[in-house]
Parts: sequence; structure tokens; C-alpha cells
Amino acid sequence: MRKATWRSLLARKARLLLSTFAIVLGVAFVAGSLIFTGTLERSFTAIFSATVGDVVVSPEGGVGADGSPTAQTLDASLVDELAAVDGAAGAEGHVDAVGVFVVDQDGKAIGGFGPPGFGSNYTPGPAADGQVGFDLVEGRAPEGPDELALDTRAAEVGGYEIGDEVPVVTASPRTPRFTATLVGLMGFPDGGSTNGATIVVLDTPTAQDVFLDGEDAFNTIWVTRADGVSQAELADAVREVLPADVVARTGEVAADEDASDLLTAISFITTFLLVFAGIALLVGSFLIVNTFSMLVAQRARELALLRALGASRGQVTRSVLTEAAILGFVGSSVGLALGFGLALALRALFAQFGLDLSGQPLVFSASTVIAAYAVGLLVTLVAAYLPARRAGRTAPVTVMREGVGGGEGGLGRRAAVGVTMTVLGIASLLVGLIFDVPGLIWWIAVGALLALLGVAAASPVLGRPVLALSGALSTRLFGATGRLAAQNAQRNPRRTAATASALMIGLTLVTTLSIAGASAKGSVDQVIEQSFAGDAVISNIANQPFSPEIARQARGLDEVGSVTALQFVLAREGESRVGVVASDVEGLADAVSLQIVEGSVDDLGEGDMLIAEDQAADDGVGIGDELTYETPAGDRSWRIVGIFERNPIVSFPRIVSLETLEAGGWQRTDNLLVIFRAPDARQAALIAALRDVVRDQPTVTVKDQAGFAEEQRGPIDQLLLLVYALLGLALVIAALGVVNTLALAVVERTREVGLLRAVGLSRRQLRGMVALESMAIALLGAVLGVALGLLFGVALMRSLRDQGLEVVAVPVGQLVLFVVVALVVGLAASVLPARRAARMDVLEAIGTS
Amino acid sequence: MTEKAAAARVKDLRKTYGTGGAEVVALGGVTVDFALGEFTAVMGPSGSGKSTLMHCAAALDAADSGEVWLGDTELGSLSDKELTKLRRDRIGFVFQAFNLVPTLTAEENITLPLAIAGRKPEAEWFDTVVSAVGLKDRLGHNPTQLSGGQQQRVAVARALTSRPDVVFADEPTGNLDSASGAEVLRLLRRSADEFGQTVVMVTHDPVAAAYCDRVVFLADGVVVEELRDPDRDTVLEAMARLGREG
Repeated sequence: MRKATWRSLLARKARLLLSTFAIVLGVAFVAGSLIFTGTLERSFTAIFSATVGDVVVSPEGGVGADGSPTAQTLDASLVDELAAVDGAAGAEGHVDAVGVFVVDQDGKAIGGFGPPGFGSNYTPGPAADGQVGFDLVEGRAPEGPDELALDTRAAEVGGYEIGDEVPVVTASPRTPRFTATLVGLMGFPDGGSTNGATIVVLDTPTAQDVFLDGEDAFNTIWVTRADGVSQAELADAVREVLPADVVARTGEVAADEDASDLLTAISFITTFLLVFAGIALLVGSFLIVNTFSMLVAQRARELALLRALGASRGQVTRSVLTEAAILGFVGSSVGLALGFGLALALRALFAQFGLDLSGQPLVFSASTVIAAYAVGLLVTLVAAYLPARRAGRTAPVTVMREGVGGGEGGLGRRAAVGVTMTVLGIASLLVGLIFDVPGLIWWIAVGALLALLGVAAASPVLGRPVLALSGALSTRLFGATGRLAAQNAQRNPRRTAATASALMIGLTLVTTLSIAGASAKGSVDQVIEQSFAGDAVISNIANQPFSPEIARQARGLDEVGSVTALQFVLAREGESRVGVVASDVEGLADAVSLQIVEGSVDDLGEGDMLIAEDQAADDGVGIGDELTYETPAGDRSWRIVGIFERNPIVSFPRIVSLETLEAGGWQRTDNLLVIFRAPDARQAALIAALRDVVRDQPTVTVKDQAGFAEEQRGPIDQLLLLVYALLGLALVIAALGVVNTLALAVVERTREVGLLRAVGLSRRQLRGMVALESMAIALLGAVLGVALGLLFGVALMRSLRDQGLEVVAVPVGQLVLFVVVALVVGLAASVLPARRAARMDVLEAIGTS
Repeated sequence: MTEKAAAARVKDLRKTYGTGGAEVVALGGVTVDFALGEFTAVMGPSGSGKSTLMHCAAALDAADSGEVWLGDTELGSLSDKELTKLRRDRIGFVFQAFNLVPTLTAEENITLPLAIAGRKPEAEWFDTVVSAVGLKDRLGHNPTQLSGGQQQRVAVARALTSRPDVVFADEPTGNLDSASGAEVLRLLRRSADEFGQTVVMVTHDPVAAAYCDRVVFLADGVVVEELRDPDRDTVLEAMARLGREG
């Protein structure tokens, strides 16, 4: 039996390879994403463990909820106190700042669009456990206000060498920009890289002057342990002398916490890759079901012979499953190798966006290998199970029958099940849309999945009108060839439908996402039109904060009528982080078209807050209630004085005054300035004057309404790029399915092809016939996919209506494009099978029994 | 019958399969005319080259040397495309088995060569052919709904519809019972008599050969005997003679 299995595998190499390809792709995405994520994790863990001391002392909440330093600092005198603690070998104060960028020789901020830019003071002491940590690798340490050191990559990318003058921009109110001489290059002498982040290092007094507005203080203090003292012991000793509101963490804990915050922030990369893997595997499993069904049907007589010779049902089923397992194993192995390549490609891709992992070798862990094989084998076996069971049911008498066995059974039951599932799915979608049920997103998700599988199951029947229509069309356009093709496509409704289903799933997803994208774009435009009242806005490209100095200068311009500053910060409410917007009270309502539902903006004094209507409803609070949040300065209670309608420019649901913000211990920076021009100023003059103010701040830009809208649409365009990548992937896999089906059909119909050629069908016409059949399959998949995608997309957008996405836009042009692309892919998929059919020798083909 | 013009003619046709020790001579220099409007049978034992002769004459296969003429056209100089067109427009085929496209109805099968060429059948001729094969009430049926004899009559109708120069039939009754076979043979006979259709049929059945105007006997790749107006007995005698000599 085992021998028969092997023979049968080897005899069908090409076809099996095609279906393996889907497994290969799926496993490659799984393995690639795991390898890449592992590499990412290890490299960040390495950075963080090299950038903590044995004990890290910081003000409580001294690291903001978003991981950035806050205005809360430690007095410099604490350093000496901590150095004298029992078990401490020394202590060093650290100044840390974010939003510090090196300006390159073209006047652009290095990495200003992705990786963070840090500023710090030079500290010669060791990191945790005696590691060298981040230290000089070339040159010397900076001394005095006119010298700085850079990490090696920043210097390299900026084209700076030791001795060059380096301009730097910061988010500090007092020193938004300065220039200093590069005297040293820094890095991790023990290996590792900054992963693309840039670091500007000054001597301690200068760092305090620039980043802390001259305060003689530090953001953190690292205490180094003496020999024979553990981190935990030292931390305990340190805690005894710490003032209130100051905390000590061991280096291990601090590194873990910092790393896990960052890794959570970039976990979308893993999610993104696993979504790709999931789609590849889902589509791939359809391909496998189809391939094995065809193989089993084609081999009905062979299997019947085995049965007639005494093989049991179980043996036949197991034999088919063994084939599947071997296939899954081979596919997983190739996929694993390809995944390694994919991880390399991802590393190169992310380096383009500034996340430079080139210093970190790829992490190839055992769990990756296990996951790859588990996923590959499982999917293959599950997909092959039904066909294998059908194989086991082959009646021994089939061996005596003439003709190709494995006729298609009735479609009634299958259609009934499929239609029932579809109806249930759509009903669930509707329930989710119409009624305010709890767990709304689940109603929609489960409904969508049910509808998708239901349509896939019922597609042999549901596809009939589509096939009939495309048949009529191709008959009209291509005469006899078109008619033959149409009838071939309708010959095995199940096979055609299963092949089309692979395409359908991909297109459903892509259509859903493109509707989401178009709708989001429409919403952004609508929102900006409705709430963008100012004549210009100033913001940072990377959404980093910038110096309030800019607002001050802008206010001094003749062309400027008024400036409203907004700062976005995160506070903690229990375990979760909540967004808070601080703003000038005067002019706020006009600047962002704030709609007040209850109360008044004018009442917003220190310790007061405005809350968004939906948030108030969620929290069950109203005017006069107090809410307590953890701010960098400790717990603060804010009284609600007004309720506003959720506003897209004030993207967070809480508004406080700038005074309240400062009382909460946050450092003042700005995220957005809304500017109205003076009554007699011209728009062009306003923009020009503002541009002049931010000229030496390459990360800060001035935009009018159109420019702002465009900037806000940017992330959506990136989503659409993802959509096209998904489309490409789904099409490639689906095309393989079409090739597979057609190749088999051509073989099965060898004699028919011979007959057609004998009675005068030219090779060209024959190729056309196969191409038309292929395109009919593609059209079926495209039509079903786009129809389902439309349903899902509109459902999704309606379910998000409460979250400010009010526009439901259907990008008709794009959907038509998807169908056209699917047809082209169908055409391309037919090339090889068609050529094979056209090359057949007429006499041999007719003679084939 | 030299006064009759030849609808098709082969001259000194030679074809060999395989090389060296495995070489098999299928045609060893065959020259034969198929006269206009005549119903000719080609007979011979297995391996005599009769199928190869028909395939070469019908533009399905190419000989190693020699000439094949269809009317005024010499096939050797034609490209694959021209041969395809020639098969479509000037030759009709009836095979032993698997003669119809299963997805098409009887009517669609009959008009298939015309449809491939993008032409419409002449209504009058189509009616004539369909009534001759006696399938008027079966036109809408699929091949699977027809008996073997009916299927073969559809195939004959298909071969006749395009008014080809020659209809080639390869063992057309090989898969049929004798009653159905007789119907098909009578049909071929009538098409020669009533429509002046040239028909060439390969067969090994003396009863089938007896329907013909002429029988050409092949053995070991050469023409060894010819009979005019044969009947079953004369064919059997000839076969017996050939068998002794072979």
C-alpha cells in the first residue's frame, strides 16, 4: 500500500507541486513573520538590556504613558545620595529627551518619519551587570555647549564626520534648534545597533540646559551595584533612601517593561504578516481540496482496483491522506526555507522605513520550525480529508465500468447547506447592523465567515447564472469557440466553483478593504471640510511634538490673527492609557469647530475638563462629575464642565486647558497649531510667513486645508497599498488553482480535443477555447468575490458609523479594475494548459482510450 | 473507370515508423485514386497500413515521401494552419468511437465544422442531410441521450454538412451492432448515390465492404488487389487469397 502511495505521488508531480505552492506560500508567511518578529524582539531586548543600569531610579510616572520622558525630574543631589547607598558602586544621572533629530546636509531631519530621535547626556558609567552599554566607539566625549556626539548610524546617514558642524532640532521650548561640532561617535561596542533610532549626546550641563530648560536635574538615575550584590538587593537598599513619588526598578524589570511597551507598539507587523499567512492558507486549502478531489475522481478506477484486490476503505483513505501528509511536509519544508528569505526581505524592507536591523542576525528558533510544520501539515491534512474519505467509499465495481469514473453527485444537499449558511450569515450581519446588540463586531465577523463559507459551498449552484451569462457573452463574441468554452466551464460545476472559490475569497477580502479605504478617505475629507476652520495648520510630519517657541513666533507675525495650540498627551486610568488634549481655551471652539452639547468651553478652568459625548456615555458620567487620572505629577481629579460632540481634529475624547496640563506635570510642547489670518492678510502671505518661522525645523510643516487633508489621507493610502499586495497574493494562488484545473481538464478531454482538431479547429482557436474557459472561471470568482466584498464592506462601514466614519464610499472604478485584473489573470493562467492542448498530436489524441 | 476525375489521389506514398531494428514500414509506396462520387473501402489485415493511408490522405498525418492530392491541392506543401483549414472545409470525418463533443447537442455537433469556420449552414442542405440520416426529432438531444447508431449517424451528418471533397470513415461500424451498422452503411451508400459524395472507408468487415463501389486491399504497406462492385463473397475470397499469400 505504501508503495502504491509513493508511485501515485511521483506520477503526479507537476499537479501536486502546484497545489503545494499554496502551502509553501502560507507556511513561508508564517515562518517569515515568526523569524522576523523574533529577530525584532531579540534586537530590541538587546537594546533595552544594554540601556538600563543595575537599578533604574525615576520619578513615579516619570516615563510618560507613551514611553517618553516627562517634565517630572529628579533633583541632581539625589545622585550622590544614591551613590552612597550600601551595596552601590556608583550612580549616574541621565537626561533623556525625545523629538531630537539630526538635520542632514539637505536640511531634512534624519529618520524624522519613522524611527524615534533621542537626546541624552554623556555618561561614562557601565550599564546593567557591568555591560559597556551605549558608549563611544570613535573620537571623544562632548564637552561644553558647542560639542556633541552621535550614534554611528546617524552620522553615517547624515554624512557627518568628526569635526563637522551638526544642526539639531529639538522639541524643547527654549532651544528648538542648535548647532554643535561632532567630536565623537557612539554605539554598542559589545554589538547590536540602535535599530534606526538616532541619538544626540551632549555633556551633562549642556543636556540639562537644552533638554531640561536649564534645570539641574535628571530624568533617571542609574545605580551600579558593588561586587557580590544582586540587582534586587541593591534596589531594596535604594528604595529605603528614595523620597516619595520616586521609584526604583531593577535593570531586568526596567528592560522588560520598556521592551514590552515598544514591542506592543510594533506588534502590528506580526499581525499584518499573519493575516497574509492566514489568507494564503485559507485559499490554499481550497486548492488542496480541489486538487485531491480531482485526483480521487480521476483515479476512481485505480482506487477501485485496490478495493477489488482487497484493500479496505480505511486503507484507501489512509493512502490518500498519506499522500497529503507527504505533500504537506514537502510544502512546509520549502515554505520554511522561503520564509527565511522572506524574513531577509522584510529586514531589508523595514530598513528602508528606518528600522535598521542589519546588526542583528536572524533568529531561527525551534518554535518557528514547529509552527511551520504544524500549520503546513494540519492545513493539508484537513483539506485532503473529505476527498480521502470519498476515495475510501469508491465501490470496487467501478473498476469494471467504462469511461472516466467519479461522476458528480447531486448538488442539491450541498447547495441547501450552502444557502442556509449564507442566509444565516447575512441574517447575523443584519442583526449586527440594525440592532444595538452587545458584541456587535462578533455578529458581523461570524456572519461574514458564515456567508463566505456558505457561498463557497453553494457556488456550484449560485455560479450558474454567472456562468450562463459569461457563456452567452463569449458565444456572442467568439462564436463556436466561445460556446465550447462556456459549456466546458459548466461541465463540472463543482470543480469550476471550487477553483473560482479560491479567487472569490481573495477578492472578497480585497473588495471589503478597498471599500473601507475609500470610505475612510471620504470620511477624512468630509471631516476636514466640516471641522477645519482655520486658514493654516502647523504640525510635525511624524506626529512628534514640537517646541512651543513656534507658536510664540507665529503670534508675533502681522499676517496672523490668532493661534490656537493643541497638545496631545496620554494619561493612565487604571491599567489603560487614555488620550487627553490640552488647548488654549480662547478660540478653541472656533479653531476646531467644536460642537458643545452641554455646558460651555468658556468654563474650562484649571482642573476642569470637557468630555466627548460617547465617552461620557461609556463612563456613565455627566456635568459636575469628577474623574481621576494618573498624570506624571500623580493622581489628578478633573471636573467635567462641558460635553462635546466627538471631533476629528481633537482626536481624543478629553479636553483640558494648558494650565491643567502643566499642573499634571507634563512638559509643554505642541502637536498642532490652528491659525487664522489677520483680517487684512492674504492667504499666500500667511503661508509664506509661517513657512519662514518653521524654516529651520525640518520636521515641522505648514499646511492649508488641502495639504492637511492630503496628509491625513496618507495612512489610508498605505492601507490601500496593503490591499493591492493582498490582491496580488490572492491572485497568484488562485491562478495556480486555475492552471491546475485546466491542466487536468485538458488531459481528461484529450480525445475531444483531438476530435475538434480533426474537424478543423485551429490551434489558435483551441487556445482561445481554453483561455475563455479559464476566464469564465476567473469571472465567476471575481463576481462572487466582489459581490460578497460589497456586502461585507458596506456592513463593516455601517458598523463603524459610530466611530466617526460616516461616509460609505464604494470605489466602483477600483472594483471594475479588480474584475478586469481577475480576467487577465484567468487569461494568463490558461497559457500553459492551452499550449499543452494545442500541441497534442491529433491522431494520438483521438486514439487515446 | 478512368474517365471519372479523382477527388483524392495518393502517389508513391511511403511512411516508416521507428528506426533501425524496430523499423516498421507502414506504407511502402502506395498509389491509389479515389474517384469522384465513388464509395471506396480500404481493407487489409492489421498492420497492412490501411489506417496510415487514410490518415495521410485525410491530412491528419504526414507521409515520409510521395504526394497526396485533394482535387488540385497537393497537401505536402501546406502549412499546419492550411491543413487545419483544409480539414475543416474540404474533408469530413467519421471515427470508430468518440465521434461527438459531449457538451454539444446533436444539431450543434452536426454544424460544428461550420461554426468553427464562422459560417451558417445552408438551411436546405442541412434539412436534406438531417432527413437523410433520419434524426429530425433528435436534434436537440445530447450525445449521451442517443444510441451508438444514432451517434454515428450524427457523425455522418456532420461529415456531410460542409459538402467536403471527401468523407473519410475509419471503421465507422466497428463499435456498432449489425443492425445499427447497416443503417450507417446504407447512409454512406446513399450519400454517394444521391449526393455524389466521395467516401473512403477503412474497414475489416467484408459485409461493410460489400456496400462499396470498389475495395482496395493493402498488405505490408502496398496495394495488392482491387475489386469492383464487390459483394460479401468476393470480398471474402479476396481476403482468403491474401491470407494464403501472407
